[in-house]
Amino acid sequence: MGMPTREAPLYAGKPLSSTEVAVPVEVRIPTVMRAATDGVATVPSEGNTVGEVLTDLLARFPGLDGSLLDADGSLHKFVNVYVNDDDVRYLDKLDTKVSAGDTLSILPAVAGG
Amino acid sequence: MARYDSILDLVGDTPLLALHQLSPNPRVKIWGKLEGQNPGGSVKDRIASAMIDGAVADGRLKSGMTILEPSSGNTGIGLAMVARLRGYKLRVVLPDNVSIERRQILEIFGAEIVLSPGAEGSNGAIRLAEKLAVEDPSLVMLFQYGNDNNWRAHYATTGPEILRDCPEVDVFVAGLGTSGTLMGVGRYLKDNKPGVKVVAVEPPAGELVQGLRSLQDGFIPPIFDPDVLDRKFVVRPRESIEWTRRLLDDCGVFSGISAGAIAAGAAKMAATMDEGTIVIVIPDGGWKYLSSGAWTDDLDVVEERATRINYW
Repeated sequence: MGMPTREAPLYAGKPLSSTEVAVPVEVRIPTVMRAATDGVATVPSEGNTVGEVLTDLLARFPGLDGSLLDADGSLHKFVNVYVNDDDVRYLDKLDTKVSAGDTLSILPAVAGG
Repeated sequence: MARYDSILDLVGDTPLLALHQLSPNPRVKIWGKLEGQNPGGSVKDRIASAMIDGAVADGRLKSGMTILEPSSGNTGIGLAMVARLRGYKLRVVLPDNVSIERRQILEIFGAEIVLSPGAEGSNGAIRLAEKLAVEDPSLVMLFQYGNDNNWRAHYATTGPEILRDCPEVDVFVAGLGTSGTLMGVGRYLKDNKPGVKVVAVEPPAGELVQGLRSLQDGFIPPIFDPDVLDRKFVVRPRESIEWTRRLLDDCGVFSGISAGAIAAGAAKMAATMDEGTIVIVIPDGGWKYLSSGAWTDDLDVVEERATRINYW
C-alpha cells in the first residue's frame, strides 16, 4: 500500500534506532474511518513519535491508507491528530514524541460554529 | 454615560472578569471576557453588524432583500437582531439538533428557519445554504466562514478591548468555530504585543458527525490561517460540562457550554506555563442551554445527550 515510499519523509531523519524501543499507545479512530478497523473505536499501536505510530497503524489496518497521510508523507489536510488532546500540527507535527500510555486521537476536520 | 439610541450601540465593550480560581497554577492568572453581555446574548453580535455593513457597502445587500446564513445559532441570532432593525429578511439554515432555545430565539426575532440534518453537523447546514443560494440568486449569503468582516470585527473591537483592559496578556484562548474570533483577536494582539500566544479550543465535532461520508467532506473555514495559532486543544463533552459547572460554582458565571470547553483549554495551557496571564472568551450565557440539563442532571446523562445535540 505504498508504505516503503513513505518511510523516509515520515521518520524525518529520526529512524527507529535499536536504543529507542517503540512504546505502546492507544489510538482513537473516528466514525468515518472505522470501516478500516472492523468498527473498533480504540485500537492499539506503537512508536516513539506520531509519525511512527501512524506508520504502525497503517501496517495494522491497511484500509486506512490514503486517509491519514498525503502522497508526500505529510498529514492529510482534513485530518487532525492529537496526542492527549493536544493538536500535533502546533507541536512537532509527525515528529511529536509520544510516551507509553498516551492516547492519540484522529479527528476529521469539519465545520464548527 | 450608559444611555443609548439603539440596541446595536450596546454591542461590544464587554467586561473582563477575574477567573483565577480556575487556574491550576497560582502564578497564572485567567481573565474571562463576558461576551454573553452583548444584547443578542453572544460574541456573534460583533460580526453580525460588520458582515451586514460589509454587504451593504459592496452593493450586494439592499433594503428589503433576504439574507441567508448557515448557523448553529448564535450568528443567526445576532443577524436576526440586526436584520430586523435594518429592514432585511433573514433565512437561517440551522442543524435540526441544536438546542430548542436557539430555535425559539431565532423565531422570536423573526428569522425564517430552514432545518438541515443534525447528523451532518454544521457541514450539512453549509451545504444546504449553498444549494439554496444557487437556486435563488436573490438571496444574499454572508457566509461567516469565508467573510473577512467576521475576523475584522474582532480585529477592530474585541482585540483592542482586551489589550486596553489587560495589557499584561500573554495568552489568548477562544473556541475555533469559524475561527473569526481567533483570527481577528489573534492578529490584533500579535501586531500590537509581539510574543502573545494564541490558543484554539475545539469540540471533537468530527467524531460526532455521523453523517460524514468520507474525509473529502471535510471543511476548513476559508478565513482560517493556521499560522495565527500557536496551539490547539480538543475538549470533549464531559470535560466541557464539568468546566461549565465550575464556572458557575467557583466564579458565579452562568455560561454556555463552549465556555466550559474554553476554560478547560485555558487550564491545560496554564499547566504548561511558569507564570503569566491568560484571557479567555466566554462566548455566551447559559440561558440557551437550560434544556440540556447541564447544571442539574447526572453528568453521564448530560454527556450522552451532548453527543447527540449540538451545543457549540
